[in-house]
Amino acid sequence: MTHPFRDVAIVGVFNTRQARRLPGYDSSSIALEAALGAIADAGIQAADVDGVVGQAAADAVLELGLGPCVRRPSGLGIPTIVDAAALIATDQCRVVLVLAGGAGLVSHGSAAPWTAPANELVAGFGLFTAAEFALMARRHMVVYGTTERQLATAAAVIRTNGHHNPEAVYHGRGPFGPEDILASPLVAEPFHLLDCATVSEGGCALVLARADIALRDPRAVWILGCGSDSYGPAYTVAPVWDFTPRPGAGAAGWVGAGAARASFAMAGLGPGDVDVAEFYDPFSFEIIRQLEAYGFCEPGEGGPMVESGAIGPRGVLPVTTDGGTMSYSHPGVAAQQFQRVTRGVRQLRGECPSMQVEDAAVALCSNGGSGALFTDVLLLGKERP
Amino acid sequence: MSSVDAGVLSPPPPGFPMPRPSERSEPFWSGARQGRLVLPLCSACGARALRAFAVCPHCTATALAWEQSAGRGALYSWTVVWRPPHPGFVVPYAPAVVALDEGWWFLSAVVGCAPDELREGLALGVEFHPGSDELALPYFHPIT
Repeated sequence: MTHPFRDVAIVGVFNTRQARRLPGYDSSSIALEAALGAIADAGIQAADVDGVVGQAAADAVLELGLGPCVRRPSGLGIPTIVDAAALIATDQCRVVLVLAGGAGLVSHGSAAPWTAPANELVAGFGLFTAAEFALMARRHMVVYGTTERQLATAAAVIRTNGHHNPEAVYHGRGPFGPEDILASPLVAEPFHLLDCATVSEGGCALVLARADIALRDPRAVWILGCGSDSYGPAYTVAPVWDFTPRPGAGAAGWVGAGAARASFAMAGLGPGDVDVAEFYDPFSFEIIRQLEAYGFCEPGEGGPMVESGAIGPRGVLPVTTDGGTMSYSHPGVAAQQFQRVTRGVRQLRGECPSMQVEDAAVALCSNGGSGALFTDVLLLGKERP
Repeated sequence: MSSVDAGVLSPPPPGFPMPRPSERSEPFWSGARQGRLVLPLCSACGARALRAFAVCPHCTATALAWEQSAGRGALYSWTVVWRPPHPGFVVPYAPAVVALDEGWWFLSAVVGCAPDELREGLALGVEFHPGSDELALPYFHPIT
């Protein structure tokens, strides 16, 4: 059977400068700056774009003078990139721009403002993202004996990756060991401040193109597989690890296991084929959880796998190599999710300014997490499927 | 760390951000005002749900009903918060998932013990505290 995305490739990626604040920008203007960068990176003209996807899609159509063209206001992460690919795979578009940005609107409190719990049965108990993810992490610690130090080790690896990345918001702040993470103030046990994502500003954009255009560019990166798991709206109901919506369904704590299975099945690959894992890293525990949920190790072995050095730069599975949302950037609700994919693309092109994985041919990118009740997975490859 | 003596976990004094009750969940809120834990379930199939539903997630009946819980259970998961999202939440406090004796979960917070007494399976019972002049919330404390 022909691969559903055989005729689609990612041909352009761009991240603007990322910073705690970007004075003078709003979310739309920083997204548009990213869009121009991605279009230039793709070696095309803006006028070649005939589809735009993302929260700022309508703004891009207007300000890049693209109308009339396809636009999808779909906004969140990997599913949005898959929507863009589907526009091409179904011959609705030839070149699709995906863009997002966060600036000016972001509050710089202790938590990202879009994550406040909304449901009346949970909102009165002082929950926020760190607490919600902590309730999942604690259950894993109870069942499997996962330790705070194992969590801290995952955070130290990612924050050290960011320390080495000249483009990271927290470039040069490390290197970090687990003891540095454990010495930072407690936020919501078991999470210390340095176990948690930061909040910052920046833009991110990608350009996808049909194969006849993509094949002109040897740097083109191909979509090998994708999948999405959701258990319901994020941050509205109690985050219960064992919540199982119907008999036979996996527990909510393993959200993403089905997405990974679907991705590997579409690609005809398995976990052992992945050269680099651009895991979404809202909290340190989610790295351990994803290693287990995606089949890189057995349930309960994620902590020991992290402590073995496997996810470090010289390990078998380097993880979140730019520093992720902990150290690279966490700009707004959408751009930070696209950035897992732009980093995966750059790894496969071999052009990362730090922590380049040698000869990386397959990258796994992810979004979401257990505390948010959704996880999306995207497998990228250098070779056309 | 949680082993530092932080005293006894307590509900926050009124003034912290309270949810706005919906019409759909009115039985929960009127129950709480009366000191009763009243939770959603489906009157067609008996399934419980994490929130008041329009459609039962188990059988698709539009048959939301409410049942009074005995208000007893065991600590399933918890966190101790030291950086609150709003200054009205006095730290430390301990949001927790309680595994109710009825075989379902409820998100609340543990009060009446020290943070370092929290452990999986700790037996808990419900108590109610006002969050505002109009609303009360259920909290759980250790029982023997």
